[in-house]
Amino acid sequence: MSYSANFKDRMGRVCIYAIVIMLALICLLPLWNIVAISFSSSEAVSANAVGLVPVHFTTAAYTRIIDDAQFWRSFGISILRVALSLALNMILIILMAYPLSKSKREFKGRNIYMNIMIFAMLFSGGMIPSYLLIKNLDMLNTIWALVLPGAVPIFSVILVMNFFSAVPKALEEAAFIDGANPLQVLFKVYVPVSIPALATVALFSIVGTWNDFFSGLIYMTKISNYPLMTYIQSLNVNIADLLQAGTNSSELSSLTEISNKNLNAAKIVVAVIPLLLIYPLLQKYFVTGIVVGSVKE
Amino acid sequence: MKQRLYKTNGRIRSGTMYHMMMIPGILFLLVFSYVPMVGVITAFQDYIPAKGMFGSEFVGLKHFVYMFKLPDIAQVVSNTLVIALGKILIGTIMAIIFSVLLNEIRMKTIKKSVQTIVYLPHFLSWVVLASVVVNMFSLDGIVNQILTFFGLQHINFLGSNTWFQPLIIGTDVWKEFGYSSIVYLAAITSIDPGLYEAAGMDGASWWRKVWHITLPGMLPIILLMGVMSLTNILSAGFDQIYNLYNPVVYESGDILDTYVYRIGLVGRQYSFGTAVGLFKSVIGIVLLLSANQLAKKYTDRKIF
Repeated sequence: MSYSANFKDRMGRVCIYAIVIMLALICLLPLWNIVAISFSSSEAVSANAVGLVPVHFTTAAYTRIIDDAQFWRSFGISILRVALSLALNMILIILMAYPLSKSKREFKGRNIYMNIMIFAMLFSGGMIPSYLLIKNLDMLNTIWALVLPGAVPIFSVILVMNFFSAVPKALEEAAFIDGANPLQVLFKVYVPVSIPALATVALFSIVGTWNDFFSGLIYMTKISNYPLMTYIQSLNVNIADLLQAGTNSSELSSLTEISNKNLNAAKIVVAVIPLLLIYPLLQKYFVTGIVVGSVKE
Repeated sequence: MKQRLYKTNGRIRSGTMYHMMMIPGILFLLVFSYVPMVGVITAFQDYIPAKGMFGSEFVGLKHFVYMFKLPDIAQVVSNTLVIALGKILIGTIMAIIFSVLLNEIRMKTIKKSVQTIVYLPHFLSWVVLASVVVNMFSLDGIVNQILTFFGLQHINFLGSNTWFQPLIIGTDVWKEFGYSSIVYLAAITSIDPGLYEAAGMDGASWWRKVWHITLPGMLPIILLMGVMSLTNILSAGFDQIYNLYNPVVYESGDILDTYVYRIGLVGRQYSFGTAVGLFKSVIGIVLLLSANQLAKKYTDRKIF
C-alpha cells in the first residue's frame, strides 16, 4: 500500500522534472539552432540540413563580418548609445528617487512631481508627435535622438524610490548629524545600500537600449546612422519599404548582396554577445528587483 | 553646538536641494513627454510640415470621423484585442503552471539552470527572435518538417491569415512565460509551509495541495497581474508584429501601433496617424485608471 503510494509519488516527481526540463529546452534549442547555422556552410543552410550541430563547420560567416564596415559602425553606435543612456538614466533615477522617497511632509511639492511623472507614464503624445518633435529639434540622424527621449525611465524611478523608502531612517539621521548634506547622504548612504535595486534598473536600461530598433528606424534616415538592432532588422526588411524611406540605391545593393542566412545568423550571434556577457552578472539582482518593483502594498 | 548648527542647516537646505535634484529629470519629461502631448493637436488639424503646428488649418474631428468610417479600423481594433487578450490569458496560465512545477524542483543545480534559460528569451530583442521564429516556422522549417513527418499538410504560418495570430500569441508566450513566472514563484514562496504540512497530515495528494493551497495563495497576485495587464490591451506588441508580418497578413496582423506607423509615418499622413494614436492613448488611460480602481477594490493593492 505505502509502496504503491510512494511509487506513484516518485513517478509524479519524474514527470514534473521532465516537463520543466522540456520547457527549458524549448526555450533554448531554437536559439541554439541559430548558433549552429552561423557555423555551418551556406550550402548546408540553404538545404535546411542544420539542426543543433553545425554542418560542414566553418567560421567563414564570422570572418566576413570582420570586413563589414557598416556592422561595426552600427555596433559602435549601439555601444555609445547604451553607455550614454546608462549614465544619464542612472544619474536621473538616483537624483529623482531620493527626494521622491521622502514623505509629503519632509518634501513639500513631492506629490506635484509624482503626478507629473505618473501622467507622463499614463499618457503619451504618440509616435508621430514625438517624431515631429525630434525633427524640429534637428536631432534626426544624431545619437541624441536615441538617448534623450528615454532619459527618465519612470518605472525604474518608482522602483528605486520604493527601495529607498525602505532604507532605515536612522542611517540618514546619523549622516545628517555628522554634517552631511542631502547629496552626500544620497551617494554615501542610500546608493551603497541599494545596489540590488540599482543593478536591476541598470540591467533594464542596458537591455532596453541595446535591443531597441524602433527609434533607429524612425529617427535615422541614413543606414550609416543605424544602431545595431535597426541594422540587423533592415537585413530582413523588404526592399520596397526601404525605397519608400528614401534609401539610396548603393546602400540598397550593399544590403541585399550580404543578406544570406548563415551570415545573418552570425551577425545575430555577435549582436547578442554583449547581453550574454552582462546577463549572468546581473541575474542575481533582477529577481529581487522585479518582485520589489511590481507589487506595491 | 556645532552639531546642532549643521543639523538645522541640513534641514533648511534639504527642501531646496530636493527640488534641485528633481529639476533635471522633470525638464527631460517636459521636453520629451509633455511637448509631444501638446503635439496631439495636430490630430485636429490638416497638418502640413512646412506650415508647422501653428500655421496648419484646424479641421475639428474630421480625422476621427474618417477613422471610424474606414473599413480597416474595425479589423485593426479587433486584431489588437484578440492578440493582446490571447497573450494575456495564455501567457498568464503558462506562467502559473510553470511556476507551480518549478517550485517542485528540489535539485538546486537543475532549478538554477532552468531559470537562467527560461528568463533568457525575455532579454533578447524581437529583431533577433524574429529570425529564430522565421527559421522555425518557414515553409521548410523544423515545424513543417515535423508536420510532414506525421503525414500532415505543410502550413504557411507566416503567410496565412488563419495562422498568423496563433503564431504571434504562441511565440510571445514562449518568449515571456519564464520571466513572468518570477512574480508567481515569489508568491508561492511566501505561502505558509505549515498549510502544506497540515494538508500532508490529512493525506492530501500533490494535486489537491496545489488546488487548495498553492493556487488560492497565489490568487491576489494573479488578480493584480491580470488587472495590470489589462492596461496593455491596446498594445499587442509592435516590435514582434513589425518584425514578423508582411503585406499578405496585414488583414490579420495589423494592430493599432503598426497601423499608425504604416499609414501615419511611412505614408506621411501625420494628422490621421496622430488621431489614431490619440484614440489609443485615451482608451489606454481609461483602462489603466479603471484597472487601478479594480486593483484597489479587490486586492488591497494598487498600481500607483
